[in-house]
Order: sequence, then structure tokens, then C-alpha cells
Amino acid sequence: MGYTKKTLNKSTKMILTVLLILASLALVYMLDKGIIGTSYTVRIVRIAVIYALIGVSMNLVNGFTGVFSLGQAGFMAIGAYSVGIFTIPIESRANVYYLIPISEKIANFELPFGVALIMGGLLAAGFAALIGAPVLKLKSDYLAIATLGFSEIIRAIIANDQMWPVTNGSLGLKSIPGFESLFTPVLISAGCIALIVLLINSSYGRAFKAIREDEIAAEAMGINLFKHKEMSFVISAFFAGIGGGLLACHLTAIDSNQFKIAVTYELLLIIVLGGLGSVTGTVISAFVISFGKELLRWFDASHYIGAWQIPIFRPGLRMVIFSLLLMAVVLFWSRGLMGRKEFSWDGIYNFFRKISWRIKNPSKGGNRSAGKKKEVNADAE
Amino acid sequence: MDASTFLQNCITGISLGSAYALIAIGYTMVYGILRLINFAHGDIFMMAGYFTIFAIANFRMPWYLAIVFVIVATVLLGVAIEKAAYKPLRDAPRMSIMISAIGVSFLLENSATYLFTGLPRAFPQLGFMQKVLKFGDISAPIVTFITPVVTIVMLIALIYLVNHTKTGMAMRAVSKDFEAAKLMGIEINRIITVTFVIGCSLAAISAILYFSPRPMVYPFSGLMPGLKCFVAAVLGGIGNIPGAVVGGFLIGIAETFLVALFPSMTGYSDAFTFVLLIVMLLFRPTGLLGEKIAEKV
Repeated sequence: MGYTKKTLNKSTKMILTVLLILASLALVYMLDKGIIGTSYTVRIVRIAVIYALIGVSMNLVNGFTGVFSLGQAGFMAIGAYSVGIFTIPIESRANVYYLIPISEKIANFELPFGVALIMGGLLAAGFAALIGAPVLKLKSDYLAIATLGFSEIIRAIIANDQMWPVTNGSLGLKSIPGFESLFTPVLISAGCIALIVLLINSSYGRAFKAIREDEIAAEAMGINLFKHKEMSFVISAFFAGIGGGLLACHLTAIDSNQFKIAVTYELLLIIVLGGLGSVTGTVISAFVISFGKELLRWFDASHYIGAWQIPIFRPGLRMVIFSLLLMAVVLFWSRGLMGRKEFSWDGIYNFFRKISWRIKNPSKGGNRSAGKKKEVNADAE
Repeated sequence: MDASTFLQNCITGISLGSAYALIAIGYTMVYGILRLINFAHGDIFMMAGYFTIFAIANFRMPWYLAIVFVIVATVLLGVAIEKAAYKPLRDAPRMSIMISAIGVSFLLENSATYLFTGLPRAFPQLGFMQKVLKFGDISAPIVTFITPVVTIVMLIALIYLVNHTKTGMAMRAVSKDFEAAKLMGIEINRIITVTFVIGCSLAAISAILYFSPRPMVYPFSGLMPGLKCFVAAVLGGIGNIPGAVVGGFLIGIAETFLVALFPSMTGYSDAFTFVLLIVMLLFRPTGLLGEKIAEKV
């Protein structure tokens, strides 16, 4: 008797989903109130949810639409600065802009966090719409370089001399009010990711995927290539802006050097590890990488054998290992954690059934390559 | 701007442009053959800068030996990268190999930060190169005058290699049609290795010439020159070697004059390159000297 896949019935899945959401909320509550974990854990979770949102927004363009854009760091910078500039309390602005005073037009203009956040998203989206018109006409590699270039242009503009009264130039912004509770970033990020998922499952999302699979075929089917690419690009920039705003709030101090190309590379690692074209994969990998990077800190610290300091452990080793991991994923595991599949209860259920079936019927698992192939299908769905 | 300032800027611009041109040749050759933007090329250039520091400051080599050492080390690095990171992905989708190139670039930057620390290291004196020459009001180190000469010599040698040797013929065949070249019995892997050897040795020479008049090397000092030189390659028509040199010169001169004429725009000089790229791609996507390629379905 071979192994057969089974699906769970709908109500079971619903109950499991509700349970998962409740469990996550309970976990967030406990972290927030300090019942479990430390403030350090809370920080990592905050970073992870923010990166999950930005990663999903990047995956929307790169993984679902097949447009290789590398401009995410620039859009994040726009969102972060918009939140930073408008939410720093008026009384502390003189301290922040101590070298060159803040421009009078915005000196007494403070926005609530939510409004500033959405404004950041809209500004990023507006900028994306502006550059999208020329950039999205380019072919894959040219597009990558052009978006990378624009992200550097944004950084150059922010740090430029003429922008000091607005962005405080290379001094950066500080005293940005932080999050009061862990729920704020978690809920905003989850809400935004849910919106992106709705978009992906809509007819627009199907058009995006069609473009990813074959541009010429998609065009022949009547999909307006430019319109859909622009749409995906602008929406991605909007959510990257929101993510950047959340990041500003998380860090409470930002400067233009935090939005270098390396940030985009890191996001690229997140979406490649999670699987280009998988939302749940991106979320999982954002958590894996955020916690992994903290665990790798061990490599940056000095270690001793007796009194002898082991010379290879010094600051910087962590990032070397991190980039080696990226290379390993690209070279040997290009599908990432989830490939293009999404997390589903059926997938989990079948994965465990498969394992127990294997244990019960060890003889039938003899043909390893065939068994392996099946397993890939089973766990990915 | 008076005549002597103008001339001074011309010399600086041409010298910077020639250094860019040498890097751009590396981009354009790899792109011509593999259809891959070698994102790591700028970082290979940065590593060549560090190799020079080691050769002269740490190993105390005489400058002519140091140049040989730097070229050999850079070529070894470049070929190793090709074998480890690009060769396994030859049949993979375009995006995978591009991500792999980005990964290599990220790895080189992080390794340089780890091995040589993030602090800028002073670039050593290379023999006579930093000696300042004076012609009336114009003064510049010797290296500034040497750079364009070296670039032109390299360009001529390369054009000869590509057009008049068997290897060059094979290179042209591979860049025209990868599959057909393979079927005709051309050893693709050997040609790709040769391409990387040429590209990396030019990057090494360029690093010596580029960093000599500049005080510092740091782990990210290859990033911007790298991106700019890719733009230069696109500007001249990607896959076209004289085009890359023209593009390099244009960008170097334009950048120098932008800073000289509008000092307040200094912060935007990097941004300017990308604006140039966009304008170029919109109006003449094949570049100044590139051929038109019809898109295949």
C-alpha cells in the first residue's frame, strides 16, 4: 500500500487557524508584559515583524511579479524619515537639530504616529510611481541596477547639505518616540501583510504571477504589463515605506547610513531563504534570520582557551558567516524554505502522516530517491 | 573657470575616466559572455586595493613586483569566484545567478571588514607614481598622467586579442550564441575563465591606478566605482569593449566637471551617474556603440 495524501476538513482548519492566531497574540501579550523573555527578546521580535513586512513587500515585486527590484532600502528611508521628522516632539526638536535649525515651515508641525506612518508610505509610493515610469520599461538586470541607483540617490538627497533643515543631514534624527507596546508593530505589520495577501489572491495577483511566468505570454493574454508592474512596484514601495516608518520608531534614532545597499541585500537573503514567491516563507525566514543574527553574535565576541584568545573570533565574523549562508542557500537550496508554496495545515498534516507512515513501513521507504521526491511534494503543499 | 583650472579638471577627469574604463571592460566582457552583471566586480577591485597595501606595506615588495603580485592575486580571486559561485548556476534562471553575484559582493565586503577591519587603510606609495609633476599652473601626480596611457594600451591589446586571435574568436562566438558555440566544440568554461582572467587583471591594474592618488582604501570603496562602471559599460553599449572605454571616460569627465562647476552639487555626483543611466536606457537602450539586438521569444 502506497502513501496517499489526505486533506483536513474545513472546520478543523478554521479551528487550527484561530488557535494559532490566539496563541500568537497570547505570546505577544506575554512578551509585552515581560512574563516570558527579556526586553532583548522583545527587541528581536519587533525587528523580525518589521523585516517580515518589508520582506513580504519586496517579495511582492521580486517573487510574485518577477521584477528584480533592489530599491527597497530607499523606500524604507523615505518612510523612516517621514515618521522621524514629523513625530519628534516639538520641544525636543531644538536638541535634535542643534547644528542647523529645523526649517520654520515644519518646526511646529507634529503629526500623530499613525498619520506620519501612512504619509511615509504614501511618499515612498509616490516616489516609486515617479521612477517606475522609466525604470519598469527596463529589462531584468538593468532594472536591478537602476533601482539600486535610485535607492542610493534617495540616500544622497537625504544626507545632502541643502536638506539639513529638514532631514538634519548626516547627523541623523534622534528622540523619535518609540513603541509603547509590542502590539503596535505586530498588529500593523500583520495587517499590512494580510492586505498584501489579499492583493496576491485577487485577479491582480494572478496577473502578477502570469507576468512572472512569461511576460510575452501574459501580454498576449491581454495583461497590461506596464500597468501591473507599476502597480506591484508602487504598492511594494508603500509597504516598504510603512516598514521603514516602523523601523524608525523601533530604533528611535536614524541616519542615512542605516539605509545602505546592504539593507537591501539582507532583505534579499530573507526572501531567498523563505522562497521567492512565498509570503509565509518570507515571514518565517524573517524570524529565522532575525533570531539567527543574534545567535551569531557569539562569533563576534572574544573567546579564550585558558588564557589564549582564539584569534578567529573577532567583530565581523558574524557577517561573514551570514553572507556565506546566503551563498549556500543560493547555490544549494535555491528554492528556499517554502519554494513558491504557502504554509497550510494540510501540508503540515501530510508531512507528519508521511513521517509516521515511514516509521511504520520502513521497508517501503527503500527507494530513497523516489521517497525523497514525494516528501518534497508533501511538505511543500 | 580659467584655462588652467579647466585643464586641471580635464586631466583629473580623463584620469578618473580611464580608471573607470578599465573596470568597465571587466563588466562588459563578463556581461557579453555570461549575460550576468558581475555585482562582485567592484569588490574584486576593492580587494585588489587591499592586495596592493599588503604587497607594499606588509611584504615590503618593490613596486614592480607588487604590481605582478596584485594582478596574480586578483585574478586568482576572480577565477575562484567564477568557479565557486557562477559555474554551478550556469543552467539556473537568470535571477539566481544574479542573486549569487550579489551574495559574492556581500561576502567580499563583509570578509574585508572582518579581515582588514572597517577602518580605512592608507594606500602606500608606489615607486615614482605619486611624485607631483608641474606644468605651469597645472600640477598632478605622475599616476594621473600614466592612467590614460595604460588604458589606451590595454584597449589596443584587448582589441587585438578579441579580433585577431583564436581565443578572441571563440569569445566572440560565445557572446553571440552560447549554445551554438558549445555545439561547435568551443570549450565554454575555458573561454569564461579567460574572460575572468582578463577582467580581473584589468580591475587590478585599475585599482592600483585609481587608489594611488587617493589616500584610503576601505571595505566599501569598491561599491560606488563598481556601480558607476557598470553604468559606463551600459552607456557605451554593453558587450562592446571600446564602448566601455568611451563610457568610462564620459562618466569620469562628467563627474569631475559636475563637481568643479557646481560645488553645491557634490553630494549628488553619485546620483548623477544613475540619472545618466536612466536617460541613456530610455533613449538609446543599446548604448552609444552597441548593436541592436532583437528580442527572442
